[in-house]
Amino acid sequence: MNLPATAREALEAFAQCPGWEQRARLLLQWGERLQPLTEQERCPANLVQGCESQVWLLGEQRDGHWHFRAGSDARLLRGLLAVLLARVDGLSATEVQAVDLADWFARLGLSRQLSPSRSNGLNAVLQRMRELAAPG
Amino acid sequence: MSLPSPWRADFPAFAAFARDGQTYLDSAATAQKPQAMLDALLGYYAGGAANVHRAQHAPGERATRAFEDARAKVAAWLNAESASQIVFTGGATESLNLLAYGLEHLFVEGDEIVVSALEHHANLLPWQQLAQRRGLVLQVLPLDAAGDIDLEQAGRLIGPRTRLLAVSQLSNVFGRWQPLETLLALACARGVLTVVDGAQGAVHGRHDLQALDCDFYVFSAHKLYGPDGLGVLYGRPQALERLRHWQFGGEMVQQADYLEARFRPAPLGFEAGTPAIGAAIAFGATLDYLQSLDGAAVAAHEAALHARLLAGLRTVDGLHLLAEPHTALASFVIEGVHNADLSHLLAEQGIAVRAGQHCAMPLLRRLGLPGALRVSLGLYSDGDDLERLFAALRHALELLR
Repeated sequence: MNLPATAREALEAFAQCPGWEQRARLLLQWGERLQPLTEQERCPANLVQGCESQVWLLGEQRDGHWHFRAGSDARLLRGLLAVLLARVDGLSATEVQAVDLADWFARLGLSRQLSPSRSNGLNAVLQRMRELAAPG
Repeated sequence: MSLPSPWRADFPAFAAFARDGQTYLDSAATAQKPQAMLDALLGYYAGGAANVHRAQHAPGERATRAFEDARAKVAAWLNAESASQIVFTGGATESLNLLAYGLEHLFVEGDEIVVSALEHHANLLPWQQLAQRRGLVLQVLPLDAAGDIDLEQAGRLIGPRTRLLAVSQLSNVFGRWQPLETLLALACARGVLTVVDGAQGAVHGRHDLQALDCDFYVFSAHKLYGPDGLGVLYGRPQALERLRHWQFGGEMVQQADYLEARFRPAPLGFEAGTPAIGAAIAFGATLDYLQSLDGAAVAAHEAALHARLLAGLRTVDGLHLLAEPHTALASFVIEGVHNADLSHLLAEQGIAVRAGQHCAMPLLRRLGLPGALRVSLGLYSDGDDLERLFAALRHALELLR
């Protein structure tokens, strides 16, 4: 699989995490890297439904590649969004549809954050990305 | 060992939690089960399952007897006058939905239903939807500064068009006993039907329903150390008589023809299909177990533990309790910290608490909070659970601040 550069960076960083504490610190750091959303961008239309915390998502296509921006009130969730964005940044519409979220988070040692309970809604975020990138 | 629970060993889940490094502080969501209940559940299935109220054969008779014994145990637990006042349902939520459909025929457009601002979804949505179906007005009783239903406002809002009052006995967010006596007296004086949601209240203390004086009382077995998939609807005989049948099928039917049928009165008339036989029998065993405990000792243990919980939380910098809880639980937020971040880090440390909106979105919206954390206790909780919680909280805050 041909991973974007940021995704490779995430893999290297998270794969070396010896425990939950370092993982949490890393997530907090990655969350800080998210490009902040403006007040206008944090609007109801950009809210992802199905998240316990507020998550906003925007996406645009440039030269056939999709680029997403996301934000949340919750800092660790921002970190999770950052590693999700790292995985999908620059993909084509077809590739976005094919992203295996469970596999990606497993490789990062973050599987527990994808619990099927509605707690953080990362699945809902990916679902929304797919809708944005869907043809038509 | 601080504040040990003499009953913890009766609940095998805690050995499993200890092995997994989990600290369970989410009993208000669902409680762990005593060995006595597990034995009864397995005993029923292993001893030969049979359907109830249908067959003449010996296994059927044995199952029916055990099932009806369980009904009698629930009646005794609540001090109901008779077992026929206990309807088994799928849970408190289903009990409330049964009421909202079963009483629908009593309402005419413009009638009013009164609930309170602190109801969890199960005691709000069925009434909200009933109001929409029938063109009724849903009045929401406001709360006072302490987090209790405001009695002065209630006196004003429970009026000539009010037909039904549905309120919680113990708030699942605030942990405060609501002023039921006054509310029920208010409603009673105005001929209003009363529904008490005992989902939390039933777990903390014994309630004499004849003394409580409400028309209907509901709770779930799974919060009272029983199995899931089983709920209770208690009703006064004259209140149960006003219910229309709402689900149709076997067991609830008296006589059926192709074009018409006649149905049984409560309780069987409201138990369509095969009930949760094993769960009901197992719940009977739970009640036997609880009956065997020293109620005063349980109450004293829970009170001491709750006091320790509040004292520990008060030492946390920037922590605000949503209200001053009376019992069983504490809901809080921490200034400058998102509840999702906190719950994430507590979960990483094996602390099982509830985060988010506790099935009471309108209330939290009213408080202007995106969510809160809730720690809740059971009779098996102990001081060490709390010490692990406090340490994990401190650790989480070090990371986040």
